[in-house]
Amino acid sequence: MTKYTDQGKNDTRSGFGAGMTELGRTNPNVVALCADLVGSLKIQTFIDENPERFFQIGIAEANMMGIAAGLTIGGKIPFTGTFANFSTGRVYDQIRQSIAYSDKNVKICASHAGITLGEDGATHQILEDIGLMKMLPGMTVINPCDFNQTKAATLAIAEHDGPVYLRFGRPKVANFTPADQKFEIGKALMLNEGTDVTIIATGHLVWQSLLAAENLENQGISVEVINIHTIKPLDDKAILDSVKKTGCVVTAEEHNFLGGLGESVSRVLATHHPTPQEFVATQDTFGESGTPEQLMDKYGLNNKAIEAAVLKVLKRK
Amino acid sequence: MPNAQELQDLVTQVRRDILRMVHKVNSGHPGGSLGCTEFFVALYNEIMELKDGFDMDGKDEDLFFLSNGHISPVFYSVLARRGYFPVEELNTFRLINSRLQGHPTTHEGLPGVRIASGSLGQGMSVAIGAALAKKLNGDNHLIYSLHGDGELQEGQNWEAIMYAAGSKVDNYIATIDLNGQQIDGSTDDVLPLGDVAEKFRVFGWDVLEIENGNDLKQVIAGLNEAKSRTGKGKPVCIIMTTMMGNGVDFMMHTHAWHGKAPNDEQLETALAQNPETVGDY
Repeated sequence: MTKYTDQGKNDTRSGFGAGMTELGRTNPNVVALCADLVGSLKIQTFIDENPERFFQIGIAEANMMGIAAGLTIGGKIPFTGTFANFSTGRVYDQIRQSIAYSDKNVKICASHAGITLGEDGATHQILEDIGLMKMLPGMTVINPCDFNQTKAATLAIAEHDGPVYLRFGRPKVANFTPADQKFEIGKALMLNEGTDVTIIATGHLVWQSLLAAENLENQGISVEVINIHTIKPLDDKAILDSVKKTGCVVTAEEHNFLGGLGESVSRVLATHHPTPQEFVATQDTFGESGTPEQLMDKYGLNNKAIEAAVLKVLKRK
Repeated sequence: MPNAQELQDLVTQVRRDILRMVHKVNSGHPGGSLGCTEFFVALYNEIMELKDGFDMDGKDEDLFFLSNGHISPVFYSVLARRGYFPVEELNTFRLINSRLQGHPTTHEGLPGVRIASGSLGQGMSVAIGAALAKKLNGDNHLIYSLHGDGELQEGQNWEAIMYAAGSKVDNYIATIDLNGQQIDGSTDDVLPLGDVAEKFRVFGWDVLEIENGNDLKQVIAGLNEAKSRTGKGKPVCIIMTTMMGNGVDFMMHTHAWHGKAPNDEQLETALAQNPETVGDY
């Protein structure tokens, strides 16, 4: 098993903030907008260094999305920042008409995604955002797994021409990918090669998948682990190459099983190579208050849930 | 620059275009289009500084955003007659494979359109963003936008109205088409708007009014006055009173023609009231 080391727990939103700091220094067209959540989005350094390129919109997310669309007319590359819930569901029609249908180069950057937002509870824990965003024609959807990858993704989307949804989270989690990685949109990353089962994971569930794989390998099961940081466009080839070898798959995501990564993978498999699949995801439910760890455990989103899903899918081969 | 008679002739021709476009496909929105014909003709032929040709970024020229996208017939006619695309293309309005979609969009690459609109209440935010980009680029040109009065019932407008004043977006002129009508009836019956001018004022805008938005002279004077008030720390709002269906007697004084096309006989009557001037497409 390929060994991955936690370089020290950190939050993915701080990876976004670090990426914004770098973009502020290197790309004069990048501008940032925020709806009264500067501290949560970790963009204070960008603001301090580029005050003229920052727009505090106030608690008015619909207006923020429209202003971002307008800023692209004149060549700016706007990055909007608020929680995932307010970045998607609250402003779906603004994104649909003014950004996606209008093909505007807006980067929708969403923190506090998923259930690991924790104690604030279900009003703020969106588990539907990947589905909402991936259904929009032309929208790229990215959910990086740790601090380093989120920073790399933030830099990469500035170079991509077109609307992007970048999803990251609140809690400090393992930071295990290389600091100097080059982020390629739409390219799956092979984290561990195996022959018995494929785990395809995104976001916070990637590290949990590695923990699960290590335990399973100790039981004599050969586990392939793939990090799908880009849910759309999906790396069909990487998925098919792997399942043709292993013959079964577990998908893992911090999102509802309706509309998430798992369903996207199912579509690829059903079309090209029908394969037994188990879904590690929330089961069409809202979240609740609690610590991130408690919630991941209660809603079946951790390494234990992934191990159980692997054992189940192996029996279906 | 065209003289007053040429502009008035163009207004009449644009009215004909609107009527013929919606009649051909038996759909579309003639009422608001006819009410705003003078505004569009004035804006694109007298007021805005425009470059030749079209590019999306629109640097070094004035830009216009249509928020109430359902009045696409007047927008398309004026764009075509300003040279953005061939006037013959007006024949394709709302037909399959056309660039002239029911509501304006950038999706098919129609020159002159910079944002999709139709789902109401979004255009002011976009216009503000474009105005901010102009400031960042050191571009002293202006942003114009048009909004229906009924459209102000959408809450996003009030976020944008608050923001534009609070952030001193003073290179921006928003015009409200105050025709008092919406699909289900008069605005007073559906959801009263109150004193729209006063609302903009208390939000911190510089507000002026055009009493008769169907009088070309008044429209041009009002737009020029608005221009002179830009750059002074406040966004500028024009409250422009218009008559929905203006120029066609049976379409006026009613909301019935908001989204309804004339039949053959009605078209004939309407065109007779607006004789051909610069030439039908």
